[in-house]
Amino acid sequence: MATGPGLESLVDQLISVITNDGRNIVGYLKGFDQATNIILDESHERVYSTREGVQQLVLGLYIIRGDNISVIGEVDDELDSKLPLSELRAHPLKPVIH
Amino acid sequence: MLFFSYFKELVGKEVTVELKNDLAIRGILHSVDQYLNIKLENTRVVDQDKYPHMEIRLFPWKVQKPELSVRNCFIRGSVVRYVQLPPDGVDIDILHDATRREARGG
Repeated sequence: MATGPGLESLVDQLISVITNDGRNIVGYLKGFDQATNIILDESHERVYSTREGVQQLVLGLYIIRGDNISVIGEVDDELDSKLPLSELRAHPLKPVIH
Repeated sequence: MLFFSYFKELVGKEVTVELKNDLAIRGILHSVDQYLNIKLENTRVVDQDKYPHMEIRLFPWKVQKPELSVRNCFIRGSVVRYVQLPPDGVDIDILHDATRREARGG
């Protein structure tokens, strides 16, 4: 089990989390456990819409229950900061249907 | 345990993981665990025309520098609908034997 896809390598890194209801939360990974529950610091939600640019909602320190997590992506801090969020338009993601 | 063992054999091969939110992500299988959580490397979203936003969300650098798409992502096992395998990814005879062994109870 030692070679499993743990999140150790992502601790203290900026990550992008897609939740089961289609939300996108970006923050620094501070901790995680067996059930993929995670602790995010300095987190914010990115709200996508087709009408206006991406809105960022500040959330701060957050715990996300593992049940609600779909995908965790590694984010390049530097390139992410250059992202022209106010110009991005996209449909919101579909929720997960089990 | 059969599928866990099977997926471990696939490490290093390119697979496409289709999620329950209809998104499909292609990448090199990096690792898998007992929950069938999957870690992919070198990921890209299949059908970018339909899901351009996902690409931007997860891999924002692709907007400016598509060549920098080499990144990892962690997919929770519970949201996986299908894993599409390479054509040579399965040895049917071995899988048959393993399945029968498991059905007999070990």
